[in-house]
Amino acid sequence: MTGKPAPVANADTKPFWDACNENRLTYQHCKSCGHAQFYPRSLCVQCGGAELEWRDAEPVGTVYTCTVVHRAPSPAFRADAPYVLALVDLSDGFRMMMNVINCAPESVAIGMPVRITFEDRDGQRVPQAEPAD
Amino acid sequence: MTSHAAITGVHNTKVGEVAGSTCMSLHTEAALGALNDAGLERGDIDGVLCAYALTETYPMLSSAFCEYLGVDPNFNAGLHAGGATGSMMVMQAAALVNSGMCRHVLCVTGDNRLTGMTRDAAVAALSQFGHPQFEVPYGISVPSAYALVAQRYMHETGATLEHLAALAVKHRKHAAMHPDAHMTKPITMEDVANARIISSPLRLLDCCLISDGGAAIVVSAADAATDTRKRPVSVLGTGQGHTHEHICAAPSLTDFGCKTSSAHAFGEAGVTTADIDVAEIYDSFTITLLIELESIGFFEKGAAGEAALKGELTHGGKLPCNTHGGLLSFGHSGAAGGMFHVVEGVRQLRGEADIRQVPDAELAFVHGDGGILSAHCSMILGRT
Repeated sequence: MTGKPAPVANADTKPFWDACNENRLTYQHCKSCGHAQFYPRSLCVQCGGAELEWRDAEPVGTVYTCTVVHRAPSPAFRADAPYVLALVDLSDGFRMMMNVINCAPESVAIGMPVRITFEDRDGQRVPQAEPAD
Repeated sequence: MTSHAAITGVHNTKVGEVAGSTCMSLHTEAALGALNDAGLERGDIDGVLCAYALTETYPMLSSAFCEYLGVDPNFNAGLHAGGATGSMMVMQAAALVNSGMCRHVLCVTGDNRLTGMTRDAAVAALSQFGHPQFEVPYGISVPSAYALVAQRYMHETGATLEHLAALAVKHRKHAAMHPDAHMTKPITMEDVANARIISSPLRLLDCCLISDGGAAIVVSAADAATDTRKRPVSVLGTGQGHTHEHICAAPSLTDFGCKTSSAHAFGEAGVTTADIDVAEIYDSFTITLLIELESIGFFEKGAAGEAALKGELTHGGKLPCNTHGGLLSFGHSGAAGGMFHVVEGVRQLRGEADIRQVPDAELAFVHGDGGILSAHCSMILGRT
């Protein structure tokens, strides 16, 4: 029990969250235009196409931007502060928000290579980033 | 000039810690103040637009307000676009009067976020702006989302902490010139640099306030503006831009919807940034204003901070901006926060801004931004 909020899947996102529980990071690939889509939707946001297939992502990326959060938004995150909030560009061409964990917060910088790890939230695993090296 | 919708009444309540206020009493005080300013009665209003509130979370706030005030308008609706709501209400009201559906539309908003809820509750409620599945589980807050933008923007443009601090200091100076402002105690560059860190690089004084307050505006049809007491202010051009809601889905962290919204507003008004005498631009954080000043085209990328340091954004400078002190120092009461910018723009054009007055201001640029630089609404207002 972390106390931190666990995501609640819906019909759009259930395949993604189920895959996380198998330690797989997935995204939607548009069969019409090839767009790598995240977060999951019922259409391709780029071309409007409806034919989307789930693909496994390479679990690596780089930090596009990051901040060290000192003032947590809720009691559940207070014990973690200071913690790193980041936007991570995955090598397959999509962007996700994650925390960068398992390192000193001040060591995280724009352009830093990261790999994906999974963190348990009351039975639902959520993807997180950690330094690649 | 006479074919434009006109702003005929404005009012803001005292802002800050307003003892004894409620969400609805702030709405009412603002509304009656704006009606009085216009020289209109409750019964003259045939359209009402409201926003949303955190302290009284009616699913139908606009209906609840009409019930509280005792009015039965021809048109009544709520708008939800965060900090862009204030500008958007005026844009929507202009469309209502231009279409002939309404003659006098009351746009009103208020919230007692400071005394009506705890600071922790306000911060927690605002963090729900994050995507429930893909952002909230990571401990996002509104300041941390803007901090993500700030880090990338500074990385790409060379903007510095000193640039951001100059904006904070300037806003406090302006707020000290307004009798209704929340924070008026002067601050220095050192105060900003030494303030408590919230989410790097943003410190406490880079962040907007949490205030009680309300604001209201009356928008009238061009031919109805003669019913009113004061010289009307024309809505010459408006525009919106919407690139994303959640920062994880923003197509860029250096270009935002303010580019589109302002281009449309300038085009419609037939003027350019060089024609603007005074600007009232959303400033939820120092970085918000810095980016908007550059993205809208008032300054080249990377130049707004230097301009702030040189005093170009205050009285006597190239572009007096947020002459009331903005969200950083005048106050931030939810949707009313963005409405304060509109109220100040109107006062400047009427020559009612007292010691804050920009001499002979004829054209004002007003801009609201909601979410994480997500929803944008720009307006060009003109003296008649």
